[in-house]
Amino acid sequence: MKIGVVTFPGTLDDRDAARAVRHAGGEAVALWHNDADLHGVDAVILPGGFSYGDYLRCGAISRFSPVMEPIIDAAHGGMPLLGICNGFQVLAEAHLIPGALTRNHELHFLCRDQNLTIENTNTSWTSSYSQGQEILIPLKNGEGAYMCDDETLKMLEGEGRIIARYVGENPNGSRNLIAGITNERGNVVGLMPHPEHAIDSLTGPSADGLGFFTSVLKALVK
Amino acid sequence: MALDTVVLAQANPDATQPFAELGLKPDEYARIKEILGRRPTSSELAMYSVMWSEHCSYKSSKVHLKQFGDKAVKTDALLVGIGENAGVVDVGQGYAVTFKIESHNHPSFIEPYQGAATGVGGIVRDILTMGARPIAVMDPLRFGPADAPDTRRVLPGIVAGVGGYGNCLGLPNIGGEVVFDETYLGNPLVNALCVGVMKHSDIKLAKAAGAGNLVVLYGAKTGGDGIGGVSVLASETFESKGPAKRPAVQVGDPFVEKVLIECSLEIFAEDLVVGIQDLGGAGLSCATSELASGGSGGMKVQLDKVPLRDPSLSPEEILMSESQERMCAIVEPSKIARFLEICEKWDVTVSVIGEVTDGKHLEITWHGELIVDVPPRTVAHDGPVYNRPLAQPAYIDIVAKEILDLPIPSTADEIKSTVLQLAATPNLADKSWVTDQYDRYVQGNSIQSQPDDSGMVRIDEKTHLGVAVATDANANWSYLNPYEGAKLALSEAARNIATAGAKPLAVTNCLNFGSPEDPGVMWQFAESVRGLADGCLEMGLPVTGGNVSFYNQTGSVAILPTPVIGVLGVIDDVRTRTPMSFNRAGLDLYLLGETFDDLAGSEWAYMHKQRGGIAPIADLQREMRLIDLLVAGRTKKIFTAAHDLSQGGLSATLTEMVLRYNTGATIQLENVGISLLSETPGRVVVAIDPSQSAALTQEAAVQKIALTKIGVTGGDALVINDATISLKELREAHTQTFQKLFG
Repeated sequence: MKIGVVTFPGTLDDRDAARAVRHAGGEAVALWHNDADLHGVDAVILPGGFSYGDYLRCGAISRFSPVMEPIIDAAHGGMPLLGICNGFQVLAEAHLIPGALTRNHELHFLCRDQNLTIENTNTSWTSSYSQGQEILIPLKNGEGAYMCDDETLKMLEGEGRIIARYVGENPNGSRNLIAGITNERGNVVGLMPHPEHAIDSLTGPSADGLGFFTSVLKALVK
Repeated sequence: MALDTVVLAQANPDATQPFAELGLKPDEYARIKEILGRRPTSSELAMYSVMWSEHCSYKSSKVHLKQFGDKAVKTDALLVGIGENAGVVDVGQGYAVTFKIESHNHPSFIEPYQGAATGVGGIVRDILTMGARPIAVMDPLRFGPADAPDTRRVLPGIVAGVGGYGNCLGLPNIGGEVVFDETYLGNPLVNALCVGVMKHSDIKLAKAAGAGNLVVLYGAKTGGDGIGGVSVLASETFESKGPAKRPAVQVGDPFVEKVLIECSLEIFAEDLVVGIQDLGGAGLSCATSELASGGSGGMKVQLDKVPLRDPSLSPEEILMSESQERMCAIVEPSKIARFLEICEKWDVTVSVIGEVTDGKHLEITWHGELIVDVPPRTVAHDGPVYNRPLAQPAYIDIVAKEILDLPIPSTADEIKSTVLQLAATPNLADKSWVTDQYDRYVQGNSIQSQPDDSGMVRIDEKTHLGVAVATDANANWSYLNPYEGAKLALSEAARNIATAGAKPLAVTNCLNFGSPEDPGVMWQFAESVRGLADGCLEMGLPVTGGNVSFYNQTGSVAILPTPVIGVLGVIDDVRTRTPMSFNRAGLDLYLLGETFDDLAGSEWAYMHKQRGGIAPIADLQREMRLIDLLVAGRTKKIFTAAHDLSQGGLSATLTEMVLRYNTGATIQLENVGISLLSETPGRVVVAIDPSQSAALTQEAAVQKIALTKIGVTGGDALVINDATISLKELREAHTQTFQKLFG
């Protein structure tokens, strides 16, 4: 299975995401922001970083990169797409998922090991987990507070589209402790914490993040 | 201002020039005239003034730094030594590692965020310039008292700047220091260290060889920021009433630097450059003169080809500008097309600004008129050298005679209160408020970071080869005895590498001092350099480079002598490292090394405002045996955990160990007060499974290191003799300090 990992100028976690894909048993394919060709990949990851320096708004410029056109089309057609951190922000800017990510409520960049509960195991990226499973993966961002209007929040809660929630104290001011959400179809997932930094306990706080990558490989076989 | 050319300088030899405003002394100006046989043009004057500044020329320190060469260790591990942008060390398996530490103290006081940010940016470009991929940063920081109003201004800005820049570059921050002392009020220290890795064959040097090769400037456009930053800022003592110097601080754009890194690495991978130099302090003046003197000396530059952010800049300003995120490469004409193509891929601005010639002069023109015509060595390397007067300051003998009068705990209540006070004091309190603002995970190779004794990164995913880095300084000891202080900082950094089981390999340094024009400060500096050079020779560790920061002084008050020593170590398999703490009950805890009555310069003495006494004497032979024991303990799988003792003594070490994985310990100590508070160097606490006790005893006997069993692990409290401190109250004391001070 081929999983594309996009590099925008300023992307930082592309190598880590590719490593996580290989660890899970997939083939990672580098995609370049300026190349509107998906090179036959079966799924795509938009990794973390500061694409275009976060100028204007996080993800606002990347969303218009040539590579995003075929990605948005394919996602509408059901291709699995995961946006991590800055990738989550790009997904929101591209309106593939509702809401927006704003400045952490304490106004600092925050890097820490974060407990999450997995609340929806029916997406392309979460099927390896069990409902309610608690996992520990790194959280690191400056603009990670998930915001949306009351109506959207009600819809997300009602349709079970919140895939992961922070456990304990709210780290960044996200509404309803939202760490990640999915689209209606369950193929597009936006996630603020970093599963690609938790694929083994040598370099991460746990191996709990690997499940996101094994999930998509299973989803693609089906 | 009319354009000043070489022709005009010859025609009008007696024109008055503002050399003093540019920081040059009358005799230095006279020397420039002597070199050139005429008065310098205004552009030449600009170049000499920045390159002959203290910051760039090391004019006050050179005579002392020579010792690092004279006392150099004979080693094959050093691939590139002092003099290049950064030293390079062989770490095996074909890998070379480069690391260096630099100061950005003065700009960070004036504009904390940008000062700290560009400090990170500058050291990262030094590492990149060697041909290496930067893989980690560290930042030793020092501030005035934690509760001082100016510290509340400076600290949050500096921390945000270090994080803002480093995080955006995708470099894990794997450690550093945060130290408070009143002498740093008005002179905060921002030192930044970067580590990079490459294959041996990829090493690049700063030289402009080969007539006809092109001089290429790429990266950010040149603007008016940082003009005169070097001469005006870094080389003059702050006057409390002087005008605001903010315009001379550079402004950084980490996004541009991230793109510049990736673009440069792609250029290096295709072997497209003959030589390369980054633009840091002194900007183009430095890059062109250093590149030219690294080659045959001949270079022609058309200054009007430099891409500008502000088209109104004069040639003098362009030469002095310290705009960030710029690199200068020497490229063969046959390779320029591909070079430009890679820059275009990354949207990096690039311009061919000149060529290497077979002459001996650096010639710079502005729209066809010659404005600089100098032998480049005279700018880059033949700056003035001062043998400044030095004299042991009067305080040395006075403080040595001071008798410390400190409360020494003995009852259970006193022990508990002492441990909690030390856990909470700003110098020893939990630093998560700072380090949580830094990304320690990016690149996916971080094995250790703060609060571990050293930072450790994996450099090969298949073989698990890794490097460890630690930085240390104990300014309290350096104040009492700068010679021993430097040796003690070296031995502490080396020990911090070894507790994880890595083998120390090489040394870098950042020497932060007051004004070199004060003979007492100059003596502190000379003693520190002598101590470090002697220490490195004795321990067999080569010095790969370093940085000197003088003028850290406001009025007549100099900072404590603060030689920050960085040690790099190598570990053949990061999976086998010894962690700093334990997460299970039933382990035995031992103290390696003897404890003496060493309270002079200790944190406990500092907390009681007593600075006097006699600093410990470094025993480097014993330190090296301890290092051998620590490495053997790792490779023979004797240790479950090991953690260094330093500031705050055994009390601080035990606090950090029990809180790390929330596993308590029960400790029995004789002479409990001194045992907890003394900071005798060369000590480590290790945790072992009881089945390893014979192996530990044997290894300690081989290395002749004293071994004392002090307790066992387990429970939810730190119990010391009759005192019980619950982990909950210890954690509260340890973790709330920064939150309360800085929100």
